[in-house]
Amino acid sequence: MDFIVTLVNGLSLGGIYAMIALGYTMVYGIAKMLNFAHGDVIMVGGYTVLVFLAVNPVLAIVMSVIFCLLLGIVIEKVAYKPLRGASPLAVLITAIGVSYLLQSLALIIFGAAPEFVIIANLGTLDLGPISIKYSTIITLVATVIVMTVLSLFVKYSKIGRAMVAVSEDRDAARLMGININMIITITFAIGSALAALAGVCSLLNVPTITPTYGAMPGIKAFTAAVIGGIGSIPGAMVGGILLGIVECLCKAVPEIAPYTIAIEFAILIVILLVKPTGILGKKRREKV
Amino acid sequence: MALLEVRDLQVNYGLIKAIKGVSFDVNEGEIVALIGANGAGKTTIMHSVNGLISKAGGSVHFAGSDITHTQAHKLIGLGIAQVPEGRRIFQELTVYENLKMGFFIKKSKAEFEMRLEEMYSHFPILKERSSQIAGTLSGGEQQMLAMSRAMMSSPKLLLLDEPSMGLSPLYVNIIFDMIQAVNKQGTTVLLVEQNAKKALSIASRAYVLETGRMVKTGTGSELLGDEEIRRAYLGG
Repeated sequence: MDFIVTLVNGLSLGGIYAMIALGYTMVYGIAKMLNFAHGDVIMVGGYTVLVFLAVNPVLAIVMSVIFCLLLGIVIEKVAYKPLRGASPLAVLITAIGVSYLLQSLALIIFGAAPEFVIIANLGTLDLGPISIKYSTIITLVATVIVMTVLSLFVKYSKIGRAMVAVSEDRDAARLMGININMIITITFAIGSALAALAGVCSLLNVPTITPTYGAMPGIKAFTAAVIGGIGSIPGAMVGGILLGIVECLCKAVPEIAPYTIAIEFAILIVILLVKPTGILGKKRREKV
Repeated sequence: MALLEVRDLQVNYGLIKAIKGVSFDVNEGEIVALIGANGAGKTTIMHSVNGLISKAGGSVHFAGSDITHTQAHKLIGLGIAQVPEGRRIFQELTVYENLKMGFFIKKSKAEFEMRLEEMYSHFPILKERSSQIAGTLSGGEQQMLAMSRAMMSSPKLLLLDEPSMGLSPLYVNIIFDMIQAVNKQGTTVLLVEQNAKKALSIASRAYVLETGRMVKTGTGSELLGDEEIRRAYLGG
């Protein structure tokens, strides 16, 4: 019974990682860059919830998503767009710079002390021997909805198809009349909105926030994206869920628990050794 | 007035001057071929016409309007479509989805169905394989798909970059028949080819390019009969 509870918790945590990993993987696939400021968008989303929580919890969640969506667009326009065509290293360093900028701004505005962000007191669902926190269930439901909607959007919408085309061959996509800059902007907007949602779900489970709140989930989700195959949307989902389950299983065994993070990164190393492109990553074929 | 007017086009790659002032015209209804050896600058000219690389100088006019600095993604809306070198179909999408990409800028469902049927009637194999992942097609089939994808938007001008590359003689003939067919239906064609013999045999006019300069021009049959051209490009 404990195992089932752990598994459900793992799925839920995995859902959070997956939502964040989707942002990494989509941006990588389409803009061909690693947005290391992505984790900090979660933190900004968390503080946005804090600011609006006094007014109304639902409004706080909505504002958090909207604010992060706009933040994603602004970051891309101000920091990354001028570097289009520059060396990947310059873009990477800029992304790290944006990350520190966001953390420092949060430090100036909110201070270093943890803030409590209690969106709602949800309690637990008791099913005989199994008891699961409602926050876990909400996270799971949110994850399923997000993944379904995103998959349908990519598969069937015109913009979604354009995203696939751009990620596969940017120049060929331009020749089809696809505005690359617009697609990149939309990608950042979607990724950042998902990061905000992931932040809200995290806060439902653990309601404290600090300026470095996004760093660890950011790195874990990036790991998840790489495990699943960076650039692949189903890969981010698989990688996130896998990492979440592993983390919860490890933490459930007292002897292994202290080594949880080490084990997670060890899995990354092993998977990359066996399959360098990640579980669902594809090797680009160059057919001339 | 020419449909496409290129004047004194210059392109640099860093310090290297790849295209050193090239001028040419493509008149409505023509098939114009640019021929030349590897590295002569044929593809560079194509990419500077379609906006994928920036020009160091010169101008490009299409149907009277200046498109020298028009962004690549806006050209298809003006009526310029391209079959890029190496086909560049979307390998992970299906044949049908690739064709749909060719229609990206347009909205009319009825026109889409009509164009689709037309492409399928040109190349029935594409209809057979419409739900197949495009990366699994053979090279010749991929070239048919790339041609069809470009024709989906009913362009006024079709830019073709090395359509015969890597194809068996059978497929080369199929593709060249298609080029002539779309031309007869009213699409003007600018063709860049290494297979000079094949290109000249269907071209109304042709330009010969050598290390970034136009060295010769004439009708297709004139150049086919030209002694120098025979020796340099047609194997004697």
